[in-house]
Amino acid sequence: MTSPSVSKTSPEALTLAEVTRIREDFPIFGRQVNGHPLVYLDTAATSQRPLAVLGAMRSFDLQHNGSVHRGAHTLAAESTELFETVRAEVAAFLGADADEVVWTKNATEGLNLIASAFVNASAGRGGPDADIFALHPGDEILITESEHHSNLVPWQEVSAHTGATLRWIPLGDDGELRLDLLDDLLTERTRVVAFAQVSNVLGGIVPVSRIVARAREVGALTVLDVCQSAPHLPLDLHTLGVDFAALSGHKMLGPTGVGCAYGRRELWKAMPPFLTGGSTITTVTMDHTDFIDPPERFEAGTQMTEQVVGLGAAVRYLQQVGMPRIAAWEQMLGTRLAEGVTTIPGVRLLGPSAGRPRTGLVSVDVEGVHAHDVGQLLDAQGIAVRVGHHCAQPVHHRYGVTASTRASTYLYNTPSEVDAFLDALSGVRHYFGVGA
Amino acid sequence: MSNALEDLYQTIILEQAKARTGEGIEEHSDGSSHQVNPTCGDEITVQVDLDGDRVSALRWEGDGCTISMASASILSELAVGWDIDTARDRITTFRTVMRSRGAAELPEEEFEDGIALNGVSRFIMRVKCAMMSWVAFEDALAQALATGASHATGTTSAGVSHC
Ligand SMILES: Cc1ncc(COP(=O)(O)O)c(C=O)c1O
Repeated sequence: MTSPSVSKTSPEALTLAEVTRIREDFPIFGRQVNGHPLVYLDTAATSQRPLAVLGAMRSFDLQHNGSVHRGAHTLAAESTELFETVRAEVAAFLGADADEVVWTKNATEGLNLIASAFVNASAGRGGPDADIFALHPGDEILITESEHHSNLVPWQEVSAHTGATLRWIPLGDDGELRLDLLDDLLTERTRVVAFAQVSNVLGGIVPVSRIVARAREVGALTVLDVCQSAPHLPLDLHTLGVDFAALSGHKMLGPTGVGCAYGRRELWKAMPPFLTGGSTITTVTMDHTDFIDPPERFEAGTQMTEQVVGLGAAVRYLQQVGMPRIAAWEQMLGTRLAEGVTTIPGVRLLGPSAGRPRTGLVSVDVEGVHAHDVGQLLDAQGIAVRVGHHCAQPVHHRYGVTASTRASTYLYNTPSEVDAFLDALSGVRHYFGVGA
Repeated sequence: MSNALEDLYQTIILEQAKARTGEGIEEHSDGSSHQVNPTCGDEITVQVDLDGDRVSALRWEGDGCTISMASASILSELAVGWDIDTARDRITTFRTVMRSRGAAELPEEEFEDGIALNGVSRFIMRVKCAMMSWVAFEDALAQALATGASHATGTTSAGVSHC
């Protein structure tokens, strides 16, 4: 298995030489798009995958493939061992224990799994143990105005099923959450607080511990969407003290089809099942089922074993490079992006101003030019960015636009790629005859 | 920049997107339809009035990219005077060509300036943009025929969602 030849421990940023070396692990960066070298700035949607990840999946299929947790033969045993080893590796990467990590197909499924506990418990499933999840009219669910639809719509559903009121922390004009309102919004009535550590549109880093501390004061459960943080920042869920978290593997060098949900052990134990059927049970008779302990209780049916193995290789790759070094590198890229777009006439940065804590992610509105047109023009120059509402319509609505253009980085991006984006962005209004 | 891009953003398209012919809706219409492109949140409302079986007016209001606005503007220029059968026929042709991945072209004698939209069919991500006003037109016509010249507004989604 190839692994990047960079130091493991230095808290300093990666160097350009190291990033150049890392890029060789990603053959896709050798391709041309519309006659230009590919500049991939759409990692927030999905990251590229290194050879190590593909190699791990391939060797699993060529050497070990068998049914996990089923059967007694050697291949089944090897597959089970790999599957559980990766669970422990991913847990360690997140600062959690292995039995606190449940495999899901993506973050959206993870968030639905967590949200469903509140619906099921409110309907009486799970018995008295699950009371901690039971909601009633008068109870409140708190989210934020900057959530991805995947951490918003499931809570609307919980509210509709249980009669609990959905409330949210609004966004300020400065592109940050109005945490000055926290004490008024997070009260004794609040039973659950769900929010992203990093918004997939704004890129700012939310002070998680401040919200968790307040939630604890009032006894509310916390659900952290770490889709845009776990791939980019060192993370320790135990230290953060959140109750639940969810992420997608495909945003952190892994394959599509695998993600995970984290929960504190005793909470998983108290939770009624989500999807049911094979693998979730201990004893089944024709009219009754006893459910198995977590995490298996929440992993219904044959799992995405090959993808789990791929995610394991992805996490190993990230750890070998070193999360603090990746974070420092991307902070540099993010600052360059935020400062760069701010100097272009007619371009407005959505989200915190340059200098505020952010990852390597910026979204912008180009005055007079629709985001789709911006994206098309950039693509003609080989630059891949996301255009649209990025599955977060309320954030766009808050800032008076329906769509935006987003550039997002990863450990494999270089300052000259950021500059290519800024350069192309500077030419957009001229091309469309706007602003003169 | 690539030739395909110049095909997509022909001068006529850029001009039509600015001209926005037919923009401005009224309180009453014979048929009206609101369409949303779920990928980007772009929206359009198209209203039609019928005089017998002819389109006597087409009005629209919306926000969107160059392609969607140009397409709505071009549609407004073309549609007035079409009878129902012609309208249905043109919508079918337009849809077929837009979905053809560059294999088919709009006939100039029927689509006039609209042939500038031919380039769109090679950009799979933009077909929905060009289609949005036409889908709204199709639906507004159906509303007008169904309700027999009373006014109705339906809401459906154009294209395919990516989220
Ligand atoms: C903040 C955030 N939450 C949730 C999701 C949903 O991830 P997925 O589509 O992989 O389920 C995404 C990514 O699209 C995201 O950026």
